[in-house]
Amino acid sequence: MPINILMPALSPTMEKGNLAKWLKKEGDSVKSGDVIAEIETDKATMEVEAVDEGILAKIVVPEGTADVPVNELIALIAAEGEDPKSVTAPASGGGAAAPAPKAEAAAAPAAPAAAPQPQANTVQGDPNAHMSYARVDQAPEGPATAAKPNGAGQPQASGNRVFASPLAKRIAREAGVDIASIQGSGPHGRVVEKDVRAALQGGGTKPAAAPATAAPTPAPAGKPAAPQLAQSMGADQVKAMFEAGSYEEVPLDGMRKTIAKRLVESKQTVPHFYLSLDCELDALMALREQINAAAGKDKDGKPAYKLSVNDFVIKALAIALQRVPAANAVWAEDRILKMKHSDVGVAVAIEGGLFTPVVRKAEQKTLTAISAEVKDMAGRARNRRLKPEEYTGGSTAVSNLGMYGIKDFQAVINPPHGTILAVGAGEQRVVVKNGAPAVVQAMTVTLSCDHRVVDGALGAELLAAFKQLIESPMGMLV
Amino acid sequence: MANQYDIIVIGGGPGGYVAAIRAAQLGFKTAVVEREHLGGICLNWGCIPTKALLRSAEIYHYMEHAKDYGLSAQGIGFDAAAIVQRSRGVSGRLNGGVGMLLKKNKVDVIWGEAAISKPGEVVVTAPKKPAMQPQNPVPKGVLEPGTYAAKHIIVATGARPRALPGIEPDGKLIWTYFEAMVPPAMPKSLIVMGSGAIGIEFASFYRTMGVDVTVVEVMPQILPVEDAEIAGLARKRFEKQGMKILTGAKVTKVEKGANSITATIDDGKTTQTITAERMISAVGVVGNIENLGLEKVGVKIERGIVVTDGLGRTNVPGIYAIGDVAGPPMLAHKAEHEGVICVETIKGMHTHAMDKAKIPGCTYCNPQVASVGLTEAKAKEQGFDVRVGRFPFIGNGKAIALGEPEGLVKTIFDKKTGQLLGAHMIGAEVTELIQGYVIAMNLETTEEELIHAVFPHPTLSETMHESVMDAYGRVIHI
Repeated sequence: MPINILMPALSPTMEKGNLAKWLKKEGDSVKSGDVIAEIETDKATMEVEAVDEGILAKIVVPEGTADVPVNELIALIAAEGEDPKSVTAPASGGGAAAPAPKAEAAAAPAAPAAAPQPQANTVQGDPNAHMSYARVDQAPEGPATAAKPNGAGQPQASGNRVFASPLAKRIAREAGVDIASIQGSGPHGRVVEKDVRAALQGGGTKPAAAPATAAPTPAPAGKPAAPQLAQSMGADQVKAMFEAGSYEEVPLDGMRKTIAKRLVESKQTVPHFYLSLDCELDALMALREQINAAAGKDKDGKPAYKLSVNDFVIKALAIALQRVPAANAVWAEDRILKMKHSDVGVAVAIEGGLFTPVVRKAEQKTLTAISAEVKDMAGRARNRRLKPEEYTGGSTAVSNLGMYGIKDFQAVINPPHGTILAVGAGEQRVVVKNGAPAVVQAMTVTLSCDHRVVDGALGAELLAAFKQLIESPMGMLV
Repeated sequence: MANQYDIIVIGGGPGGYVAAIRAAQLGFKTAVVEREHLGGICLNWGCIPTKALLRSAEIYHYMEHAKDYGLSAQGIGFDAAAIVQRSRGVSGRLNGGVGMLLKKNKVDVIWGEAAISKPGEVVVTAPKKPAMQPQNPVPKGVLEPGTYAAKHIIVATGARPRALPGIEPDGKLIWTYFEAMVPPAMPKSLIVMGSGAIGIEFASFYRTMGVDVTVVEVMPQILPVEDAEIAGLARKRFEKQGMKILTGAKVTKVEKGANSITATIDDGKTTQTITAERMISAVGVVGNIENLGLEKVGVKIERGIVVTDGLGRTNVPGIYAIGDVAGPPMLAHKAEHEGVICVETIKGMHTHAMDKAKIPGCTYCNPQVASVGLTEAKAKEQGFDVRVGRFPFIGNGKAIALGEPEGLVKTIFDKKTGQLLGAHMIGAEVTELIQGYVIAMNLETTEEELIHAVFPHPTLSETMHESVMDAYGRVIHI
């Protein structure tokens, strides 16, 4: 019986991906651990490894195919002793045009189950039949739900079919909304009319309201109506405002779509407010110089490390979060998650977008460890080689535009983070000290807070703790 | 503790006993408090015994029309007492059945009248209300009055006939459904005040049995909640059967004779008096919210209805309300469904409030009337641009073969989305047919799925198919 290779879920939320490249051809032999294909998700390019041995008998989804749903059959491996030529894709396999079953396959009545049934596999099929092909099958918090064939709560990701009511499908189609992007609240996660209507009103791709709890709660007089959010203009409407030929159309890649979706969601659903503060940097610059000067040299004569101001900012924010633990939190719809460690995201600009890899337990790490980790992750981010778990989670992030000379700015919170710190350029400024003008090095930082988790005074407390660490940086070393 | 329960349900009607059984299934220690009859009004004095009476009337009607089918029947007649006896027998059997079901599910039955003394406590006293006669025997093994504790108390006390001032039922000349259900003999003439489901079913029963029936309805149409077109057709059929119908007319005064009643009826233009042997007051029902201690524990009540959050929860934690006391539509199937939702909510399961727009309504007069969803007028009122389909029974082979060529199926779609907004039927067996549209609406089908579905031939259900096709200009048999 041929082995099915299904589109893997590289992260718990992944619903589809692009099949970027096949690294094996039909007829090639594969063994466990061989990288057979590259898959591009919204943010990263991932390698798909084989876990079984055999001959790559049939590529069902050709390379370059976009938006292949998770769990769709992408290829077949002929097992040992099986004639690769007799392996055919099932007629029902979605995506690519699958050839009709060949005569010899049909002529094997002894094995009626020979035709793989992707549907059955995805629902309750052989648990090791597919998902393990992905190198990444662990979400940061443990095994990815989608990686478990029987995993509950991820009905969207469990098959190549989107379960939606006919009415929901029609309303979505007419509104030009991709129904696969909508979280269903109906039976077994089915997308129903009200889910689509909610999505059209904005923010509908968020998880449905939490189930009712056992404890009786006072009856609300009626649910407050979802706020009516403005619809953005459609492509045709926007294009109509410009002369034809006066622009170039750039199709959206996965990262751009994700950025757009997440940040619209953030601005529409997260009540932002902003707190700005100036931090003097003289002590920090002196300490940094001292530390960097003390770095040993490797055999090429390069220093072993070179700390940036941003490394100090990450460390200071991490420690500040430990000192003001109430601010180290994220909003989770019907509850708040208070984090134990300081997992700090670092915004990294890359060609065509940005990533926010997360430095975990940054409060425990040394400055040199943080520096090395950020450097490594930033480098891999630029090549789009970050693993999904490297850019998920965290309760806050640092966005630094100081190198461009930006004095101060307000950053958009990256959900579900509770805050984000926007860091401006360090510069010489004249300040009044003891009644007389003095020149100091200073930078302006602005903390964007999600008011649902971090109130004004709490945000101010966090920022004050941060300033104290930046201005007395030895505190970070002890 | 013996007197300690997880859930106590006050009222053993269709809402209460179903809630109790569901609660027991979910592992709750459950009791039902009942003062008069398990199965409530529905089973003892409503839905069920009227169906038994109407079945007798239906067969009598067929016997009278035996010649139409090539049959001969002589000496056709009836024994009113035997018809009533059969009806009571049907109720008695089901009443016993409810007792068995509760026992099987280990639900305790406490016999008496309950009042909530404080949240978590119910005091049961001996029944004060004299039971309607004939009463089914009190089930064996019921628990005695006393004080009982329960974490959750569900009020499911149902409703009773509404009385109009000056025209209060006296049980002798002015009947409610109680007396109308067990007539000692057929009256010669009858005034039925109110033409909702209860009024029209009795009017239809008594008219078929040869009674001179006058229906007085204050609204402009009979069956006021039904689609105007269907109600109009019903009226024509009733009038053809010899029923007198006055709409937009109000009984302003009644004068009682020794064995007759004279009603003064004002239709806004003229005033007339009609004398009949008996009168049935069928002007709706009101919830039984009194003497339950609800005010004492602070449960919010508005216009005689206990305010709930749609999942059965009142404003007082631990106190719930379902069925008639929780508001219209006051129908057994709505109460049952609410009971299940309420208990599952207590269990912490993921529940949704019922969509009241999708609750079907059935009236078992001759011809039967059944509907679900919006009437044409209501749909337009809500701003829908509608497509309306109609298909008469005369175009249906099975209807002709049955000798029931009079009937109509009307369907209402949203022109924009193809959503089935409402379905309205009149004719033979439509009360058994309506569930097809109920399922369709709950699955959010559009006209497309309904058109593509294969309906069995020859059945009355084909009229449902054709009506949909008519809405889209594709009807075949007309």
